[in-house]
Amino acid sequence: MSDQIDLAVATTRDLNGALHGLPPDTNRTLWRVLNPRGQHALAVGVDAPIRVEIAGHAGYYCAGMNGGATVVVEGNAGNGVAENMMAGRVEVRGDASAAAGATAHGGLLVIHGNASARCGISMKGVDIVVGGSVGHMSAFMAQAGTLTVLGDAGDSLGDSIYEAQLFVRGSVASLGADCVEKEMRDTHRTALAARLQAAGFDGVDAGSFRRYGSARRLYHFHVDNAGNY
Amino acid sequence: MDQGPSTPPRPAPRPAPRMSATFDPVTLAEIRRAAATGIYDIRGYGAKRALPHFDDLLFLGASISRYPLEGYRERCGTDVVLGARFAKKPVELRIPVTIAGMSFGSLSAQAKEALGRGATIAGTSTTTGDGGMTPEERQSSATLVYQYLPSRYGMNPDDLRAADAIEIVVGQGAKPGGGGMLLGQKITERVAAMRTLPPGIDQRSASRHPDWTGPDDLEIKILELREVTDWQKPIYVKVGASRPYYDTALAAKAGADVVVLDGMQGGTAATQTVFIENVGLPILAAIRPAVQALQDLGLHRTVQLVVSGGIRNGADVAKALALGADAVSIGTAALAALGDNDPAFEAEYAALGTHAGSYDAWHEGRDPAGITTQDPALAARLDPVLGGRRLANYLAVLTLEAQTIARACGKSHVHNLEPEDLVALTVEAAAMARVPLAGTSWIPGGGGGQ
Repeated sequence: MSDQIDLAVATTRDLNGALHGLPPDTNRTLWRVLNPRGQHALAVGVDAPIRVEIAGHAGYYCAGMNGGATVVVEGNAGNGVAENMMAGRVEVRGDASAAAGATAHGGLLVIHGNASARCGISMKGVDIVVGGSVGHMSAFMAQAGTLTVLGDAGDSLGDSIYEAQLFVRGSVASLGADCVEKEMRDTHRTALAARLQAAGFDGVDAGSFRRYGSARRLYHFHVDNAGNY
Repeated sequence: MDQGPSTPPRPAPRPAPRMSATFDPVTLAEIRRAAATGIYDIRGYGAKRALPHFDDLLFLGASISRYPLEGYRERCGTDVVLGARFAKKPVELRIPVTIAGMSFGSLSAQAKEALGRGATIAGTSTTTGDGGMTPEERQSSATLVYQYLPSRYGMNPDDLRAADAIEIVVGQGAKPGGGGMLLGQKITERVAAMRTLPPGIDQRSASRHPDWTGPDDLEIKILELREVTDWQKPIYVKVGASRPYYDTALAAKAGADVVVLDGMQGGTAATQTVFIENVGLPILAAIRPAVQALQDLGLHRTVQLVVSGGIRNGADVAKALALGADAVSIGTAALAALGDNDPAFEAEYAALGTHAGSYDAWHEGRDPAGITTQDPALAARLDPVLGGRRLANYLAVLTLEAQTIARACGKSHVHNLEPEDLVALTVEAAAMARVPLAGTSWIPGGGGGQ
């Protein structure tokens, strides 16, 4: 038995208020959100370990600051899906707009379609798995966590990257400043295989990916590097 | 014929050595420094150049046509409520002077604690900075504003909910349009962990928010923050003074409860000198356009305006409020109250190649006063309890001074001060503050413009 909120009659405030009011040990663990119609800030800041299914397209910041819920968008998601997620799981069945998973600290973000520009910008520990391709400047200033792309990556992947790790199966249009290809070792393949499985991409060979990360040449500001900034 | 003893020829008079006003000693030293290092100068503090400022304004006081209030007897209110527009729990302050955002990382934990203690005694708020909220700071601050910055270092929804208000930082007066760079020597294990970065690296703070661009996005971002915090917290939007009319209007239209406007005298932990001295507006030039924007929208006093950048005394507070601000914010002055640039440390400042009053290498972490540092030995020099007391004393003086002026102008609340109480000493200040040049009825520039 699931709870149901129909956004044709209820408001975003009704939805978020109801989800925020749930205790950590709630037994109301499945919520269906009907008629989302691209509204913004749906299911944001939800800490309870529940499952929220959004039956359609979501607007900006869906599941933003997620603290432990599983949020499934059964359509496309707008800007900043799962931005600053701390824990939990966010899944987008369609495509995601720009800045998916921006600054997220933890949890798992799975995008079955494509993600637009700046996917994983400034990410701080989240695992992001994209079934399709990602746009330009993805993983810009990415600090920690992993971005896995089954398709291709756009221009300037990993520009000014810190310690995040990037895995791309297809082509990379270009690498950003201080981002380099790195050796794919067994430990990386094992961990990647586990993430692919967790994301639901069981049949995908972890050995078919290339790894990218920081050359760490820009970690200390130096005038001779000025042209790289 | 005897000419008598010969006198040595006197040298022809030479012109007195004259230093160029354009190439003054500071400028020449900077050229030599640039030539030697190949890198621009980075420093803390705000603009140091002379700028049109509150000193260029005077209050008229009471006279036959204006009736003063009795000092020490008749009440002159100083309380201010911030964020009643949309927030269920507005911030209520006893005084109209708040403490500006300064990060743990740029400041020591002791300094942050002292700011919290002082603000709490005085009945006002203090503000986090880049890098997130420390437990010490939350504990020591009765009212704490949580900055939501482009870097999102340490950004945590739990801290967002634990704060009393949220300040979305678009920019700051010292560097509108600029990010930041915290040098590696200040990135200790603790600072690094809070920011999810390796210790010891030079850490860049972004200049743009990662997940929104422009006023339409800002409206949605504000909606998200309100939803995450169940519409409890006031949401401020902080901008550096550059296009104050439009920035204030856009922030208000996007749904901000409070607009924070920071002039170019406002301090920074670390920015290029060329940026600090050449980008943005002095706060004097920014207040009236911002107030005009709120008035044009019918939102003056509904959306509060907090201004900062060079506030030093109660006269500055009173002048800012008279021009239409609801409150002011202090940063540099608060650090000075804690002991920054105190001549007691003159020998150590000299050893760093500077002197008390000029020290601005806040980014290097070697502050003799123990404020802008992460060095445990230096940081231990600042007693947070004593520092808090000093700040509270200073805030009390600012408030008393502002009240003194307000009573002299016949006002029962500092918010009743108005532009009509002011005149300007210079044509520039008259145009910027939109008050008459003293002794005339002339407001250059027509008293308008955006």
